[in-house]
Formats: sequence, structure tokens, C-alpha cells
Amino acid sequence: MNLDDALQTFVLESRELLEDMENALLGVEQAEEKSELVNAIFRAAHTIKGSSGLFGLDHVVAFTHVVESVLDRLRSGKLEINDQLVVLLLSCCDQIRALVERIAQGQKEPDEALQQQGEPLIAQLRNFLAPVGARADLPVAVKEQDVATLERIQGEGVHSEHWHISLRFGPDVLKNGLDPLSFIRYLQTLGQIAAIETLAETLPPLAQLDPELCYLGFEIALKSDASKTAIENVFEFVRDECQLRILPPHSLITEYVNLLQQQQGDERRLGEMLLSCGTLTRQELDAALNAQSDSPNKPIGTILVEQGTVQAAVVEAALTKQKQVKETGAAESRSIRVDADKLDQLINLVGELIIAGASVNLIAHKARIVELQESTSKLSMLVEEVRDSALQLRMVKIGATFGRFQRVVHDVSRELGKNVALFINGEDTELDKTVVEKIGDPLMHLVRNSLDHGIESAELRAQRGKPEQGTLVLNAFHDSGSIVITVQDDGGGLKRERILAKAIERGLVESGHHLSDAEVYSLIFEPGFSTAEKITNLSGRGVGLDVVKRNITALRGTVGLSSVEGEGTTVTVRLPLTLAIIDGFLVEVGKSVFAIPLDMIEECIAYTAEPGHNYTNLRGQVLPFIRVRELFGIKAPPSRSENIVVLKHAGQKAGLVVDKLLGEFQTVIKPLGEMFNQVKCISGSTILGSGDVALILDVPSIVNRCVNDTRNTNPLSLEHPPPH
Amino acid sequence: MSTEQTSANKPSVLRIEGELTIFRAAELKDVLLCAPAPQEIDLSGVTEMDSAGLQLLMAAKQAATSDKRTLRLLAHSAAVVEVFELLNVAAYFNDPLLMEARK
Repeated sequence: MNLDDALQTFVLESRELLEDMENALLGVEQAEEKSELVNAIFRAAHTIKGSSGLFGLDHVVAFTHVVESVLDRLRSGKLEINDQLVVLLLSCCDQIRALVERIAQGQKEPDEALQQQGEPLIAQLRNFLAPVGARADLPVAVKEQDVATLERIQGEGVHSEHWHISLRFGPDVLKNGLDPLSFIRYLQTLGQIAAIETLAETLPPLAQLDPELCYLGFEIALKSDASKTAIENVFEFVRDECQLRILPPHSLITEYVNLLQQQQGDERRLGEMLLSCGTLTRQELDAALNAQSDSPNKPIGTILVEQGTVQAAVVEAALTKQKQVKETGAAESRSIRVDADKLDQLINLVGELIIAGASVNLIAHKARIVELQESTSKLSMLVEEVRDSALQLRMVKIGATFGRFQRVVHDVSRELGKNVALFINGEDTELDKTVVEKIGDPLMHLVRNSLDHGIESAELRAQRGKPEQGTLVLNAFHDSGSIVITVQDDGGGLKRERILAKAIERGLVESGHHLSDAEVYSLIFEPGFSTAEKITNLSGRGVGLDVVKRNITALRGTVGLSSVEGEGTTVTVRLPLTLAIIDGFLVEVGKSVFAIPLDMIEECIAYTAEPGHNYTNLRGQVLPFIRVRELFGIKAPPSRSENIVVLKHAGQKAGLVVDKLLGEFQTVIKPLGEMFNQVKCISGSTILGSGDVALILDVPSIVNRCVNDTRNTNPLSLEHPPPH
Repeated sequence: MSTEQTSANKPSVLRIEGELTIFRAAELKDVLLCAPAPQEIDLSGVTEMDSAGLQLLMAAKQAATSDKRTLRLLAHSAAVVEVFELLNVAAYFNDPLLMEARK
């Protein structure tokens, strides 16, 4: 069966709510002010239960109901939150998630295996409900409870204490997979249905009946303490497809009159309905109708107030309430969900716009018309702003990704019998959505690796004189055009000698070769390299850190590692902020133009060099450099004046010797074809205003080459830039 | 799910089994329209009923009333009773409803 839109929304929202719930659960133990978090958890469970009810997902409702009952006790302070309960609730959270995912796959019916999985949880939850004996056996029997609320409360209470709900379903409701019945069933969770009348006036004769259209309407008297919004929310999913009128208790009679007049059909008949629902008394109805016809120009509200039937204050209160409802409505609509594909398309278009803009600029420049140049430069500025805000749309905070690890650390450390606390910094750091999505798995790997191999068991930590609780720190910050994410643990650190020995054994390095610490550590990112002594079910199964490195490299990022044996390890992941458009800086060598990401440029200086060496003196510091002419084997004769572009990456600086500096240029990154995958020092290409192709230099690899490998630089054979 | 019409003796009984829902509504409508119109509908085999199913029964009842025929619903299953109770439509059909004892 196809998922209809509403169900899709339900799944999306449930996922978000479950995430909130999980975060709150993980935070609640430490939090000083617990009540707010407990409320958040309760709200999440409550909302999921409610929406599931709307879709007739009884099994979800049944399970969530038990969870909600426990949470309710927690909220009212009858239960104390403790570690055991948190673990249980987390498992419940997973169970609900599993149920929801099953629904996302289109399976609306309960799943045997999942049901069984849920039963022990329900049993455990009931232990927390036990004190109120009778309630304990309620949860599983949600249906019975529903039936119980169905009992009519004949003649109980004053009529006007009920909400009156007038419902007319649109014809297509059934076709859209929504059953009016489920809404009414769900309504019962808000209160007692005191009376209900089913209207079938519009039902055509059997022969003309289209059995897939809905012809039903309902007049319902509901006894409930819920707010109007809450009742309205019951019908949220059909709001566009039904006529819904909700009259609060003690409503003005005029409201009922309006109701009668607005509904199609016989007014008297509807009046009778209201009577039979117990909403109005005969006298009230007659009086209101008569008064209305006596003085048609006078608002009935005024009449009633004059008659003393209603107090003026009540009217005012009702108005204020309505206004509040409206205001919350406005706040809700301030953010919208947009399909990620649409954003991608927008970014693509902006990319094309930039390229087209560049060519206009060039033409304006050549034409030497001052006015044209002025207006094109203004246009460029605007295009730049459009670009920034378009990219901004795709930026999301990394906090959500980090937040997931609270749970991972919680579960994994429990599984391993370790005591680990996770600290998160820089969760507000923003980066491109695509990057965020793709960084989750590598980070997960790194975190698990730290937990499994990095942080020692509590006993070992005690022996080493460390605090028993290990710490894992996730940090994110911006640094020269890239985002830096670090995973830091205070565990045992890497054993340099063992890594080296293993590398020699595997033939990755020759023995006797001197390697720097960083080089040794980076060996663990090589394929098939694992020094784990024992294999746990978390890591060390051969799927090693090389996958992490590959994933990060695919995002144009780099990964580095520093470690002090016995004190801990820090893995640093650097990623470009965005994958699509950057501010570039153009340089020229011979006739070739290259683009360099502007964020990675520290400064530009005139060419100087220590005679005979490939480095220069930059304000008293050694700056190694690479000649682009040599790097790419460009044969054009050297120009008279050369420049050095000072690049910075990961705390290291390197110079790049070029002929001419051409200035800033908005660079739309076009990936190179697969044929050029092996080409080093080039990360992509871009199209210039003139239509020419410029290659984008891969700054990290150039800096590495410069710093590590100044001695024997093999020129890469690249006569001309490859055609795009 | 099946529907069978036993017209051996005088009152023709239509027995509906399985779901009485939108998924079968079109099929059931045709059955209901079949001549001779059933005088009784046996609901004991109904496992599930939704608004579409209810509408059908209501329309069938309406049709019978306008033709001055009788149409009785028999042996309501629990699923049917639940819906009738929920929507308070028992009076519409005016049939004796056999209720299970409440626990």
C-alpha cells in the first residue's frame, strides 16, 4: 500500500520526537531541573500515541500508552527517575522507533516479532505502574478501556459543560486512507464522548452510492478538560478535508445558532441533533432562534448579554483565547519543510548564475563602458549574496549529529562495562547538510573505536592513576574555510612501536626508514590495519579505519591523528564547509589559470627565495614552497616577476610560486571525471567567465607535499589542463 | 472473506464474512444490489468494519425502507457492535443488538 502524505508526515514527526525523547532521556539523569525534561519526554510519547491513534495504528497506541502512563507517574512525581528506568525507557524508545519504521515501510499491521519484543518491555513498565494495582493491567487492554469510556453518561452534569463538535467529512477522506472512525476513537482519549449523533442525510440511494466516498457527518458532545487546540489537533490530518466546528463548553447560544445556519441541511433537524446530543435544551434553542429573528441586525452576543444569559467577561475571555490560538498558529508556520532536492536544484542554478555572471563581467570589462561595468559589479555583489543565502539554506547545525552519540556512548560503554562520559562542544557549528549526513558514519566509527580500543576499563584506569570515569570529547569549530571535528579520548593512546612493527610486518613501510609520529599514526588508516588484540563485537572486524578515511576523503576532507601514549588520542577530521560553491582566488602560470580556495590563502607576497633552496624567509620563518610550473611541468618560460601565495592548512603553511595573481573569483566546483581520479593536487575544475576551464588546486595535498616531501618532488606530468 | 446468499427458505439471508471495509466496499455494494434484495444480513462473520462499511449498511437500510421492505441485521459481531456503539447508530437500524456481557 502506498504511504499517503499524512502518514509520511507522521513518520517524520515521530522520528523527530523520538530523537527529542532520547536526548531528553539521556540528559535527564544529570540535569538539575528535571521536570522540564520529563515533560519533554512525556510530550513526545503523548504526541506519538495521539497521532498513531489517528491512523488507527492500534498496536503503536497500545505500546505507547503504557510508556505514557509510566511517564505520567514520573511527571506527577509519583515515580523517581533512576538509571534503571532510563535504560528501560530508552529501550521503549527503540521499540517505538522500530514500530514506526515498520509503518514507514508500509506495514500498518502489527508485526509478530516486534510485538513479542515489546512484551517484556511492557511487563517491566508495569512494574513501575504496579502500586496502583488496578491500573497495572490496563495498558495492554487499551481497547477495553476505550470501550469503557464509551458508556453513556445519561443525564449526568449540566448540558453546557460539554464541548460540542460538529464534523462533516469531505467525500475523499476514505480514499485518502483516513477513516472517520479512527478520529472519533482517538477523540475518546481526550475525554468522554457524552453523546454522538451520526448524520447520513447526504447518503445517496444505494444504487447511486459510490462506496469509496464518505458521506458521513457527526455531532458530538465531548466531556473533556482538553484545550480547543488539543481537540482541533485530533483532526489535524483531515483539517483540509472536513468541516470542523468546535464550540467550547458554555458557548454562547448564538454560536450554536450560527452552527445551525452554516451547516447544510434542514435547520430544524440539526437543532434536534443538538438537543439529542444534550448540548442545548429546548428552551435555549427556541429562545435563541426567536431572538435572532426578532432583531436580525443586533448581534446575538449582545442580545444574550442583555438578557443576562451570558456574562460580558465570558465573551471577552473567549475572544482572548481565540486570539491566542491564532498567534500560536502564526508561530508554527514560520518554518517550512522543503524537499532537499529543491534546494539542490536552487544551488545548481545559483552555480550557473555565477558562471553566467562571470562571463557578463568579462564582456563588460572588454567593452569599456563605465555604466555597464558599474551595473555588472552591482549585479555580481547581488549574485554573491544570493549564493551565500542559498548555501546558508543548506547549512545545518552539527549538534543533532553529535547528540546521537550520547546514546551510542551510553549504550556502548554499558556493553563494554566501561564508565565513559561524553562531552560535546561546538554543537552550534554549521555545515552543509550533505556533509552532515555523510559524516555520521565515519564519526560513529571513530567514537566506537575510541570507546572500544581507546578508553581502558575502570580497573586499568585506576591502576594508571586516572579518574575511573573515562571522557570522550566531541568538538567542532570553523577554521580557515573548513570545519574541524575532533574526537578526543583520555584513554591509553596509540602504541607507536606496535603500529610500526605491524606496518613493517605487513610491508607497508620498510624497516629502518625514519618516520615522524604523524606518519606512523596515519598508518592505522591504511586498509586492513588493525592492532586490536582481541576482537569485540564493536570494532576490530577488519572493517577498519581505512573506511573512515575513504569516506572523509570522498568529502574532500582530511583526517589526522595525534596521540600520547597513556594519555589519550585525538582524531581530527577536517571537512570543507560546502561542496558546491566557494570563494576562489585565481592565479596564472604561463597560460594556465588555477583556482585556489580563498579561505586557505593566508597572504600573497612577492617572490623571494633562499638561493638554491625551495624555501623562503617569511618574516624570520622558513616557508617551504612549490613551483606550480614545476609541479605540473608547464613549459612556458618563467615570467619576470613571480609571486608566492602563502597557503595554510591544518596549522601548516606552504608557499606556491605562481606568475600572476588574477584576484578573487566565485568558483563553482565541477568535479573532475573519473578518469582524473588519480591526478594529485587537483580537486576539481571550474569554468571562467571566458568559458575557459581552470583547475582547482587541492591545497591540503599541496601543503603536505611541500612540507613532507620538499626533497624529491616529481613533476606531475600535466602539459595542459585536461579539457573539462 | 466471503459473502454467501442463502435463499433456500423464505427470508433470504446475506452473510458477510471478513472485512466490511473500504477495500471491499465496491464489491459488497454490488452484492447488496443483487436481486432479490436480502431481507436479513448476517454480520456474525464480520471481523472489521470502517466508515465505508457502515455507510453501505446504512444505504442498504435506507433503500429497504424506501421500498417498504424490511431489512434486518443479525448476529452483529464484536467489531460491528463496537462501531455501532461508538457512533450511536444502532437506532438507525432499529435491530436488536445482542451485547456481550461487559467484563
